Amino acid sequence: MIHLRPGRLATFVAILIGIFMLLPLLAVVPVSFTPKRFLSLPDGELSLRHYRTLIEDRDWIVGIWLSLRIGVLSAGLATALATFFSLGIWMFRPRFAGLLMGIALLPMVAPPVVSALTLYFFLITLAGYNDIVAYDTMLGVVLAHTVMILPFAVVLVSVSLARVDRRMDMAARAMGAGLGARVFRVILPNIKFGVIASFFLTFVLSWEEIAVTIFITSVEAVTLPRLMWQGLRDNIDPAIAAISVVLIVIVAAAVVGRAVWTAARER
Amino acid sequence: MLRIRPFLRPMILLAPLLMFLGLAYVLPFAGVVGWSVTLPEPGVQNYSAALSDPLILSVFWRTLRICAIVTVISVTMGYMLALLWVRGSPLVRTLTELCILIPFWISVLTRAFGWLALLSSRGLLNSWLEGLGIIDDPLRLVRNEFGVIVGMAHFMIPFAVFPIASAMRSVDERVLMAARGMGASRTRIFTRVFVPMTATGIMGAALLVFVFAIGFFITPAILGGGRSVMVAELIYLRIFQSPDWGLAAAVSVILMVAISALLALLLKQLSPKDAK
Repeated sequence: MIHLRPGRLATFVAILIGIFMLLPLLAVVPVSFTPKRFLSLPDGELSLRHYRTLIEDRDWIVGIWLSLRIGVLSAGLATALATFFSLGIWMFRPRFAGLLMGIALLPMVAPPVVSALTLYFFLITLAGYNDIVAYDTMLGVVLAHTVMILPFAVVLVSVSLARVDRRMDMAARAMGAGLGARVFRVILPNIKFGVIASFFLTFVLSWEEIAVTIFITSVEAVTLPRLMWQGLRDNIDPAIAAISVVLIVIVAAAVVGRAVWTAARER
Repeated sequence: MLRIRPFLRPMILLAPLLMFLGLAYVLPFAGVVGWSVTLPEPGVQNYSAALSDPLILSVFWRTLRICAIVTVISVTMGYMLALLWVRGSPLVRTLTELCILIPFWISVLTRAFGWLALLSSRGLLNSWLEGLGIIDDPLRLVRNEFGVIVGMAHFMIPFAVFPIASAMRSVDERVLMAARGMGASRTRIFTRVFVPMTATGIMGAALLVFVFAIGFFITPAILGGGRSVMVAELIYLRIFQSPDWGLAAAVSVILMVAISALLALLLKQLSPKDAK
């Protein structure tokens, strides 16, 4: 039970900070309804033309569809690799487990720009040998995103493994289950929510990945964030405001929905 | 049936990820290190250039200065938010949580764009102030260091909140009640008992934000508008705009070494102090 609540002054200041946190998200909304072709406030007249751009303009449709495919592929690949790796660490507790874990988490702790340059090196080297998995191709982006999101998948799956009762695996082993049966029939069913959560989180991370994507794409594999980046750097395109509003509404609905759901469950 | 030696069995599960990262990440990083000592010609001249060229030193210096300011702002504001998130009434807690989590889940591009829409010369704030007749010419709030600091602090605050909030949750309520029972005022309990008890959270948050901020790229590039270049953007520019790959690689290696040192400090800070 908490007895000492924050005082009035602290509450007031924190409310100002809360407004600061939401302000840039709210500022996008009026701009997205401008009838003009440049970044401006609508004066009197509202227009949906920039929302129409999102569903009619070829660049935006291609970008959204490409980002969806890359997200699903790289989240699937990362979650699969991370699940087997975490299982290996958990089941066998190998020597140097800490070191192996450190290697797996490397792309998360290295500065994004260093990872970006590293993956740029990787993909232009590959481009010397083939043009399917290379610089500025969809599969090249999938590999690069997989590297970047792997650590997050490893963390989520390992956390859910830590909650599994080891005696269950020992019982299966004592009754003669092989490695495959232990993994697929005993342990995986117990961590399926962790695996699903990992797929979902890594999908979102790939969907909005931009720092690495700028380095490894140019004109062919233009993902949605890359398209937004181009629009932000040059003449600011209000279609970015429209796509931003759509993304903000989705996130806000998910976060508020979850808050309402937990509140209802606690009651 | 294939027999596998017992000590190799973990490798069936571990090998795919390790091989993948080895090929796609560790080896290419070695390649980047290779660039730094071979381009344009073999030698360490890129490192000596990176550590003596006044232009590059000024970028390093600006990066450190901006990151220090952003760290102080994010940790202070994060502390206030965490206070409400952990110790507010249930309704206040829920509302604070929304103010932390909604921005947290929104992409860095959208958030940087939001600041542009708010602060640029034709943005909301300037239009509003001009409409009220308070200013005649729009204020320059973005495409400079101010914009970079505001945007970066906004991005980092949720990352500062999480470690601080977890430190606040582990504060023993009875210690606060004891201080109250012995006649300490609310202010005194806060400054002399509560803040010291959450100091590890503050330190953890500060290091986390600083490490994140140093390698940060997107927000400075958009809100700085090429005028206040930070180290990550310098690497980008030296690869794609005025190519000098050897130098870009050397700066990356220096950045990686600096971050590793800071992370070692962070780990030491977070690990339990049982070895005396």
